[in-house]
Amino acid sequence: MSNNDIKFNKAIIFINGLIPFVLLVWDAFQQKLGANPQEFIIHTTGSCTIIFLLLTLSITPLRKITGWHTLTRYRRMLGLFAFFYISLHFLSYGWFNKFFNLGKILEDILKRQFIFIGLISFLILLTLAITSSNKMVKRLGGQRWRKIHWYVYPATVLGVVHYWMSVKLDTSRPLIFMTIVIILLAYRYFSAKPEKANLFKQSLR
Amino acid sequence: MLIKKPDDIKTSEITDEKLYFSRRNFIRAVALGTSATLTTLAYRGLFVPEEKVLVNQEVISNVQPSSTPLNLNGEEPTDFIDITNYNNFYEFSLSKQGVAPRAKNFISRPWTINVEGLVNKPKVFDLDELFKISPLEDRTYRLRCVEAWSMVVPWVGFPLAKLLEKVEPLSSAKYVAFETLNDPERLPNQSKTGLFNPLDWPYKEGLRLDEAMHPLTILAVGIYGKVLLGQNGAPIRLVVPWKYGFKSIKSIVKIKLVDRQPITTWNVEAPNEYGFYANVNPEVSHPRWSQAEERRIGDFAYRDTKLFNGYADQVASLYNNMDLRKYF
Repeated sequence: MSNNDIKFNKAIIFINGLIPFVLLVWDAFQQKLGANPQEFIIHTTGSCTIIFLLLTLSITPLRKITGWHTLTRYRRMLGLFAFFYISLHFLSYGWFNKFFNLGKILEDILKRQFIFIGLISFLILLTLAITSSNKMVKRLGGQRWRKIHWYVYPATVLGVVHYWMSVKLDTSRPLIFMTIVIILLAYRYFSAKPEKANLFKQSLR
Repeated sequence: MLIKKPDDIKTSEITDEKLYFSRRNFIRAVALGTSATLTTLAYRGLFVPEEKVLVNQEVISNVQPSSTPLNLNGEEPTDFIDITNYNNFYEFSLSKQGVAPRAKNFISRPWTINVEGLVNKPKVFDLDELFKISPLEDRTYRLRCVEAWSMVVPWVGFPLAKLLEKVEPLSSAKYVAFETLNDPERLPNQSKTGLFNPLDWPYKEGLRLDEAMHPLTILAVGIYGKVLLGQNGAPIRLVVPWKYGFKSIKSIVKIKLVDRQPITTWNVEAPNEYGFYANVNPEVSHPRWSQAEERRIGDFAYRDTKLFNGYADQVASLYNNMDLRKYF
């Protein structure tokens, strides 16, 4: 694949990544977000964060399965979109629910586990976004950089747990997200240690 | 006006495809168009609230002003379209926007309520009798959901006390237990089983007898002067304005007077989150969110939640010497 193709593919991912945001803003102006638009915006940006995290995490397995090594070139952009949506999520929560009252936000974080968990996930993604540039990879050194960016896994798990804890009763979506996370983690674990995969297969016989 | 037929354009006159639109660009355009369409469809499938449903209902004639003070403080009723399209009614859907489309064809006639238990005169009331128990009144109340949103709903109804007086409760009756219709044909989520079944059906609620007899407690049969729609608990539902919305049980078929505190659905589901009393109280947080504020549907910012949802003057005396943190 030529550099030009990769550039174009990146443009496609960029445009597609912005589509949820554009539609959300469009619907908001059309007043089509339902009776509780603030809640709708908070929930939608939260779900988009998890979806982009899952897309980011599925790049490596996809690369291994298909052999398309250029896939890795798109991972950073997907990760940055996850950060974009978690920023909108956090911002809309702070604005619509707390009116940027820092005292109230702090109280929420300390009092409510699921808010605290969501904040940890946000702080991890913030760190990863700041250290995402090529410059930062060089400055930190590949190994250290990879160690830091391994934290995308806990960030994703915490994000799904945060979602799960926030719902009153309908856990169907968090359950689907959690299933995908578990599949991705299992793939990572077994592909890194083929002998364990074999043991696992034998144990199933 | 001269309109050329396509045949009139000679092949040689058409711009060379290679110059104008290379194959590569064509593939790119298709890739962009297809992916953008799929992303849009995926987004629409996952996130956009369902279209609002507007249904015409019968008008209730001769609605009287309230016989008890409403204490509205000038607050305006929420839009009809929001009251009828943003509902918690898990028998239809777990999504608040999903209830109205699924309740559109709910059949609520004929209907009866069985009033039984510790009473002198147990009786089955049909809908026509219920409409005539007492003059129907305008009862525009604040409705505060336990999920921290609120509305102002212009209910049409009558005091529950008027119905209970008809059956003459015995002195041993201390509580009133309510049950929603149990009919998977009409309430689709009741047919779900196992993991997919959200709650134990039928939905059950309860009040202390003095709460049930309070003049603010009503059975509602309409909103905005029209008969109730399925999503709002047609044809008849409880409204207890100083308690969280889940206490105001919908589509009631059974009322039983009992001597012990009855089992209530949400209390069984999550006893640490939903108490039997469930009085609106900004001081007592839900374990996962604050109850100090609420989003009034239609407003941008949050507003402060008031003790007993602003009805403290009328109902606080019911709870004298009671620890409202313990009995939340």
